[in-house]
Amino acid sequence: MSKARVLVGTRKGAFILTSDGKREKWDVSGPLFAGWELYHLKGSPADPNRLYASQTSGWFGQVIQRSDDGGKTWHQPGTPPGEPTTGPGGAPKGESNKFVYDTSPQTGKPLTTHQWYDGTQHAWEFKRVWHLEPSPNDPDTVYAGVEDAALFRSTDGGKNWHELSGLRGHGTGPKWQPGAGGMCLHSIILDPKDPGRIYIAISAAGAFRTDDGGKTWKPINRGLRSQYIPDPNAEIGHCVHHIAMNKSRPGVLFMQKHWDVMRSDNAGDSWTEVSGNLPTDFGFVIDVHAHEPETIYVVPIKSDGEHYVHEGKLRVYRSRTGGNEWEALTKGLPQKDCYVNVLRDAMAVDSLDKCGIYFGTTGGQVYVSPDAGDSWSPIVRDLPAVLSVEVQTLP
Amino acid sequence: MIRLILPPHLRTLAKVDGEVKLELEGPATQRSVLDALEARYPMLRGTIRDHVTLQRRPFLRFFACEEDLTHEPPDAPLPEAVTSGKEPFVVLGAIAGG
Repeated sequence: MSKARVLVGTRKGAFILTSDGKREKWDVSGPLFAGWELYHLKGSPADPNRLYASQTSGWFGQVIQRSDDGGKTWHQPGTPPGEPTTGPGGAPKGESNKFVYDTSPQTGKPLTTHQWYDGTQHAWEFKRVWHLEPSPNDPDTVYAGVEDAALFRSTDGGKNWHELSGLRGHGTGPKWQPGAGGMCLHSIILDPKDPGRIYIAISAAGAFRTDDGGKTWKPINRGLRSQYIPDPNAEIGHCVHHIAMNKSRPGVLFMQKHWDVMRSDNAGDSWTEVSGNLPTDFGFVIDVHAHEPETIYVVPIKSDGEHYVHEGKLRVYRSRTGGNEWEALTKGLPQKDCYVNVLRDAMAVDSLDKCGIYFGTTGGQVYVSPDAGDSWSPIVRDLPAVLSVEVQTLP
Repeated sequence: MIRLILPPHLRTLAKVDGEVKLELEGPATQRSVLDALEARYPMLRGTIRDHVTLQRRPFLRFFACEEDLTHEPPDAPLPEAVTSGKEPFVVLGAIAGG
């Protein structure tokens, strides 16, 4: 029978939740990396035992962790357990937490500053990894979205990281500006049918696409409207919170923007609003059913000034029509006195026959719906604030 | 021989219990101690000092002999009691937040 393994990143460590295909009884293990912020954990589609984790701290900076046995043991790539900590000639290993922006004369020269909150130019400074996206084909290839916004790639299992600097260098970089949570590259979508195509999103710059494996990029924000930007046709500056795609239809994208839920049917070239009858269209997460590419999920949040669910009710909204027509999913979710948020990377879907939906809250609950959202139950209720949720469907 | 005390999270990363003992070839300074530490425990590179600038991370401080050495020049000699191993060199996570 198939199994589900849920990888949960929280403010104070990581947790791994496992169940059989019924998804009724769960084993909870953790905390891993106790006391650290775990912004994101994700498994390789090519090798489910290969997991990557972003471990970060305001005191000690960024650490990348890797597991080769499904989360039982972990190590920092470059210093595997039991191996000498230095390489040939005494050169130190342990470069896996080294994220250095491209400053080479050929490709990095113009990539010196971005816009600061006060409108002045500010040097790029690495802070943390927000999102790790393993390649669908190669367990050793993984992408990292970082703050200050840039995209890095490792092709050796996370030991060494190199920036795909064409993104920062495509031209609008000096106009990018941090959102309230920092200037983070938080969403990475690898097109499963076209290895050259990657989508990313940055707060608060917008969404971008490459069609040549990361050499050149273009903004894909046409149709986005943001009240705080005077120019209705602004190419960048939009606070995109998350984007999602169904693997069977890589040209169709769904977006939760700061305000507005959007969709694109042409790989991001243009967007239309599909907020429809949502009670509020502010939010962070958005995801797509694994088998029904027109079924999408959001969790509306009251407003940009009040980051909790609307009316004290935790409601997932589902559209079976690709947007515009939404239904509230409430069975098993608290419908009074609830004031949690669901952060941008904290929702996931499994690919079991009956698609399971998962999300985690800033109140430390992780919920599962084994029936595509019709009913929900908490897997755990009292974790630290949840930053990210990913799920692996295992044989 | 230099004795060095790390904060608990860094001891976990380095997989060490208690104090770290380091042998230095040259003079004992903040820089030479941290260089030796990172050479022996490369998983700590980037956690105390920035990878590129080698600047101390803002919320970490250095103490020895009941003195705050955080703002001493990185190449200034450490106290003799540290050099001789009588007193440890302490890397401390600053109390910050709420």
